[in-house]
Amino acid sequence: MFAFIIRRLAVAIPTILVLVVLSYILMFAAPGGPFNAERPLPPNVLENIEARYGLDQPYWKQIYDYLVNIVFHFDFGPSFKYRDRTVSDIITQGFPVTLTYGFWSFVVAVIVGVSLGIAAAVKHNSILDYFAVGVSIGAQSLPNFVMAPVLVLVFTLWLGWLPGGGWNGGEWQFVVMPVIALSTSYMASIARITRSSMLEVLNAGFIRTARAKGLPMKRIIFRHALKPAILPVLSYLGPAFVMMITGSVIVDSYFSTGGIGQFFVNAAFNRDYSVMMGITILMGVLTIVFNLVVDLLYAWIDPKIRY
Amino acid sequence: MTLLQVNDLKVKFRTGDGIVNAVNGVSFSVNEGETLAIVGESGSGKSQTAFAAMGLLARNGAAEGEALYKGKNLLTMRPSELNKIRSREIAMIFQDPMTSLNPYMRISDQMAEVLTLHEGMSKKEAVAEAARMLDAVRIPDAKARVTMYPHEFSGGMRQRIMIAMALLCRPKLLIADEPTTALDVTVQAQIMDLFGDIRRDFGTGVILITHDLGVVAGFCDRTLVMYGGQVMEQATTSDLFERPTHPYTKGLLKAVPRFDREEEVLQTIAGEPPDMSRLPAGCPFSPRCSIVKERCWTDRPVLQKEIGHCRACHADLQEVA
Repeated sequence: MFAFIIRRLAVAIPTILVLVVLSYILMFAAPGGPFNAERPLPPNVLENIEARYGLDQPYWKQIYDYLVNIVFHFDFGPSFKYRDRTVSDIITQGFPVTLTYGFWSFVVAVIVGVSLGIAAAVKHNSILDYFAVGVSIGAQSLPNFVMAPVLVLVFTLWLGWLPGGGWNGGEWQFVVMPVIALSTSYMASIARITRSSMLEVLNAGFIRTARAKGLPMKRIIFRHALKPAILPVLSYLGPAFVMMITGSVIVDSYFSTGGIGQFFVNAAFNRDYSVMMGITILMGVLTIVFNLVVDLLYAWIDPKIRY
Repeated sequence: MTLLQVNDLKVKFRTGDGIVNAVNGVSFSVNEGETLAIVGESGSGKSQTAFAAMGLLARNGAAEGEALYKGKNLLTMRPSELNKIRSREIAMIFQDPMTSLNPYMRISDQMAEVLTLHEGMSKKEAVAEAARMLDAVRIPDAKARVTMYPHEFSGGMRQRIMIAMALLCRPKLLIADEPTTALDVTVQAQIMDLFGDIRRDFGTGVILITHDLGVVAGFCDRTLVMYGGQVMEQATTSDLFERPTHPYTKGLLKAVPRFDREEEVLQTIAGEPPDMSRLPAGCPFSPRCSIVKERCWTDRPVLQKEIGHCRACHADLQEVA
């Protein structure tokens, strides 16, 4: 298994390389650049600035220099938009924020989603099942840009329980609403995947065997059905976890949390090449790592999978 | 002594196409240490009869009537009470050994939980007993292999494991639902041998559900023939084979391929098995019966005792013979 992990991490290097090159190509293909504003700069000023950031170089040279800086200096360059801030500054400042509310969103989504899904499957076609299905369809179809202002309306303006925005070093009052807004739709997906996979498992022959052995229902569900039923959920959770801890632009902008979700989208609008690349690489690395984690968990659950 | 007494058992399933009547008033009994065969083609209700008695019907199924185990009705029992009988008094083995063991659990855990639950054994004792039982069903190197996972065993081995698991609590009755159907012929013979040994060594009563008449002939004391969710005929096995008194049983026996005679064409029963959601008003076999009478279409025959046989047929004995 150790060899498997090493092999997978080795494959990750060319994957990241391809990701960098493709992202660069897409960026260059998009019209405009970081310094094309509504009021155009005088040509000689623009030329100077572009030379300062290396944008006058041929494309391949830009990509090459970028990679060399990362590999040998672990330097992701300066932001093109925010003067005096490097990409590393932005990520070290913004990522802990999204990591915090993303992690708690993940915990909430998994606990609530899996419990709801199991309950719905076990009480198939009952009131509880209809309730769970109703809640998850509702939660999934309610966009978080609607959810966020409604939360602010209820908890800040009407009840006055929670601050309407800000981060304040991640104090819990500031985390609650971002977590609710972000976790809802993930929770709904997890509940639906869990429900359908649990329903399938409960019809399996080995569940009938377990019933014939006289085991109580609780033990059948938790000892016999949960492991196989959780496998499809697990493959959804890997990418979902990465999406959650890298935040959401909606959450960051409504609650002014200062996470990288907002930086990422702003960078795209502003053609802030280096910030865009930095966050893309971060997401790429996280995706590779958590897909590996999911694969290892698969092997831990399913005895037929051995690396 | 009667172990299991089934009276007028009916099983219905609610489906998208309406109510399916899988079992329509089946009655029979099994005595201690006796082997009863239930034979019939696919969809005749033989498996559902057993599932109903064990409380294992699918969610959309419901059972009516009585299934008395030592005088107590299994069909109306509370789940906790039924769980004390399952595996401890009545154990069941299923058709497909490839899917009836949990692929995500070690054999030792799957077997031991029966003993820790029913007999209050410690985990360690239970695993040791599980290994002994695997040895008894002739799994080679049982002590080492008990901690393996199901996918590390062949189909025949897995069925042996199922049998060993069913025997852990020394049940009084073992219900085997087509235990050899999914296995190849040589393995089938080994498994049937094993059943013979178990019956002898443990004194267990057996209900053998099968469509293989060859298996029945060599193994079972009594045979129950089912068709369309009803009992067509019931007799001691030797009697049934020598003098079948029901046109369906006769057809079934004729349809067994024989290799000791020069027959080129396999005998079959003309027609198709009935649609269980639209059973005929009279005898379910009437559309396929060669000696069908006027009243067979409208009047459902009841099971009656005649010369040691029980049969449900309007035709006289001479007409069938």
